[in-house]
Formats: sequence, C-alpha cells, structure tokens
Amino acid sequence: MVPFFAYVGAFLLLPSAAVLVGAFRDPEGHWTLRYIAAIFEGQYLRAFLNSVEISAVTALGGGIFGFLVAYAAVTGGPRWVRPALTTFSGVAANFAGVPLAFAFIATLGTTGLITQLLRSLFGLDLYAHGFTLFSFTGLSLTYLYFQLPLMILIITPAIDGMRREWWEAAANLGATDLQYWRYIGLPVLLPSLLGAMVLLFGNAFAAYATPYALTSGVVNLVTMQIGNVLQGNVLSDPQLGQALAVGMIVVISFSMSLYTFLQRRTARWLR
Amino acid sequence: MRRGRSFWGSFWLLLGVLYFTVPLLATAEFSLRAGPGRYTFSSYLTILEDPQFRASFQLSLGLALETIVLTLALLVPTAYWVHLRLPRLRPVVDFLSILPFVVPPIVLVVGLLAVYRGAPEFFIGTPQVLVAGYVILTMPYVYRSLDVGLRAVDIRTLTEAAQSLGANWRQVLLWVILPNIRAAVLSGGLLTLTIVMGEFTMANVMLFYTFPVYMNYIGETHATPAAALTLISFTITWAAMLGILFLERQLGGRQVQIGGAR
Repeated sequence: MVPFFAYVGAFLLLPSAAVLVGAFRDPEGHWTLRYIAAIFEGQYLRAFLNSVEISAVTALGGGIFGFLVAYAAVTGGPRWVRPALTTFSGVAANFAGVPLAFAFIATLGTTGLITQLLRSLFGLDLYAHGFTLFSFTGLSLTYLYFQLPLMILIITPAIDGMRREWWEAAANLGATDLQYWRYIGLPVLLPSLLGAMVLLFGNAFAAYATPYALTSGVVNLVTMQIGNVLQGNVLSDPQLGQALAVGMIVVISFSMSLYTFLQRRTARWLR
Repeated sequence: MRRGRSFWGSFWLLLGVLYFTVPLLATAEFSLRAGPGRYTFSSYLTILEDPQFRASFQLSLGLALETIVLTLALLVPTAYWVHLRLPRLRPVVDFLSILPFVVPPIVLVVGLLAVYRGAPEFFIGTPQVLVAGYVILTMPYVYRSLDVGLRAVDIRTLTEAAQSLGANWRQVLLWVILPNIRAAVLSGGLLTLTIVMGEFTMANVMLFYTFPVYMNYIGETHATPAAALTLISFTITWAAMLGILFLERQLGGRQVQIGGAR
C-alpha cells in the first residue's frame, strides 16, 4: 500500500498540485492572477472556445450517430452484427492519435481516396468547394472516428436495459411509435444519453495527438497551446502553460461532476 | 430487446459500417500507391528497412514492458490488500485510480515538468522518465481490470489455505493470487501495451523519439510510408484488443476497455 500511495503522491498529486499552485505565482514567487487573466484573452480564450466547440459538436454528433447505430444493432439486423460491432468498436475506440490522422489524410486529404473518387466519378472537387481536412469540419470528421465507437460501447448496455414490455404496453394502449419515444423511450434513456455525451466531450477535449498530427500543431486548441508553451515554440513563462492546464482541469472536473449526477439519474430506471 | 429489421435501422447500421471501414480501405490503398494506377509493396519495405523505425519501435516496446511491470508491481498488492484487509481504504484507492481521467496527458506533463525539471539528468534526461507518467495514465484501466479479476476469486480462502501451508506474503501473492487472476493481469498488460505504443503527447512534448513521434515525423515527410505505418499500428491495436476480448470471455465479466492516445 505504501509504495502505491508514495507513487501516486509523487507522480500524480504533487504534479497536479504544482500546476494548481504554479498558475497563481509569478517567477519571483509572489501570488498573482496575471496568468489566469491571460487565458481569458486573445488567442488563449479563442483556444478554449475552439476546444469546447469541437468537443461539444463531436460529442453531440458522435452521440446521436452512435446511439442510432447501437440501437439498430441491438434491436434488429442479423444476430452476428452485435458482437462484431462491439469488437470493432473496442478496436476503433483505441485507434486514435497519429495513425488516425494519417488514415483520414489517406481518405479525405487532397489526394485521398474519397477525394479522388468524387473527383473522377462525379466531377466533384471537394477542395475547390472550400472543404479542407485541416479545418474545423475536417478535424470534427476525424474526431468522430473515436467518438462514434466510444458512444456505441457506452450506450449499448443502456439500450439493453430497455424492456420490450414497455413498448408492448404502450402499443396496447394505442400509442404510436412517436408517442412511445416521446413519453417513454426518450425520458428513460435521456440521462444515459447525456451522460455518455459528457464522457465523449471530455474525451475530445483532452485530445492532443490527433489534432497535432493532422494540422502539424497549427490549429488553435488548448492542448496545442500548452504544447507550444512547453516546447518553447512561443516566448512565454511556464506559468502560462500551468494556467492553461488549470483551465483544462476546471472544464474536465465540471463535466465529470455532471456525468456523476447523470449516472445517478440513470440508476432510477436502467440497471 | 429485438424488434426485427427496419429500413432506418439497416440504414444507420450500414452508414456506421461504412464510416468504420472506408478510412481503413483508403489507408490500405494509399500505402500501396506508386504513381497513377500502379501499386507496389515498396513503402512497407522502406519502413521495415528504416533503422529509425526499428530504434523507435524498440524504444516504445521497452517503455511499454517497463510500464507493465511497474504498474503491476504497484497495483496487484494494492488491489489485493484493499480486497482482503483494508476495505475501508477502498473509496480512497478507487478515487485515486480514476483521478487520471481528470488530469489528461498534456496536463500531467505540465505538472511533471514543473516538479522535476531540475531533477538529475539520469532521471529527467532519459526516455525512461516517460514511464513515470505512463504508469499514471494506464492506472485506471489496469486497476479496474485487477479489481474485476480479484472479485471473481475467493482470495480469503486461497490466502488462508496458502498460509496454513506455511507460505509467506510474497509467496502467497506470487504463487497463489497472481496465477488465479492471470486473465485480468494479462488483459491489463495488453491494454497498457496499446496505450504506450500509441502515446504521443508526453513523448512529443518531452522530445523523446518514440514510435508515435517517429510516425508523426514520417507523416510530415513521406505520405505513402506513413500510410503503411498506420496499417502496421492498426494491426497492433487490433491484435491486442482481440487478445483482451478473448481474456475477458474467460473472466466471464464484460467490461468496456477504452484507453488510447487521442
């Protein structure tokens, strides 16, 4: 037990404390709010907004898409679809970072397979229409590749918890499909759906490798900004990196609390 | 809850399958390109013959093995003690083991550098320093895996039986408990392997030339070999995940394993 606590203390608690304290001290050791104030300005504020925006968009998009795919796999289709989908989602959820960025460059990059096929088969030039993989849209499409399988893995047990009897009872009382979803399906599933999307949000918010490899570190996200400070690419105090890190911890802690709260709501109907 | 096939069900399923497979097929096609309409395996040969590929791959593999050994040495006794003797500490240990979810790799590296920037060269100057952080990154997954494994075994009876035969604590852990939770240990180890083999954030910031950093460098300079590397990397993830699934079927419990470098 002692080695465990000593290790966690030295390499997790102490570094976290150093970040939380360091962000509030200037190089001379005086307390200051200068660095915290700096992250609410200019490019750093923009970085936070960009990170939150891309995380929210891909959490919502991946969440809805993932739910629809998981629901289809659980309720219909051939019997082998479900285990195959779960296995593949397990692999895909872990297939992220640098190789994922390359896979999308090979697919939707300027000479990617889909880009070329669209050009030769339909005469549609994506890049002439303003699309680029290295933009917000392109980055979102790439993030979706790890968001979608994560959603499928998290939401499948919740879909399993929905009883066939609920639907039958509703149908017996004359409810249409739409009414079933409006008054039974969605209210029961909503906490699980939102909880899963909150996890997806945190997942995308912390991403570093994927956007770095895709845009060579140029896109303005919080993780990129912290990396730039640490690598000395920009002239700034290490305290600025710590202040940005504090901002990240605050956002993630908030989303984790929200998740815990939603989990408690879920436990009412789905076990 | 099966309700039979529907048009929209099939539609979303098909769209999902396409989204999963098309980038992989595109990467495969890209990796074999050799000019318009011509294909060759030469980019794979280029990669396999590149001494930097071998060096970085070996470095990452070595770091992965060190991480696995250190993580298990820390967590197996801890999880065992929490189950057997100190259930009061369970909330504390459970909390600490999921804390890394709140501290993403990029934040952890900020903290590590803040604390250990002035540390002696033998610690901060070698790639082994990464292991210190990797143990933290993989801890939530390995701890959960061990926790599930220990729950499935009657460790109290096993411990008492071994002790009545004269075994000391070390012997109990190594020769009695460990073999009984081998599926959980192996599954945690395989997940650690995939996470470390793909970990880019800390290595890149601290300027160590691990496998993912090498991959990123190749991607900036040679597009076709980068696609080949991507498929090689995907195969490793695939193999490790199949291994974990197989082990978990043996464990009986189903759990979702999600790690990986984002």
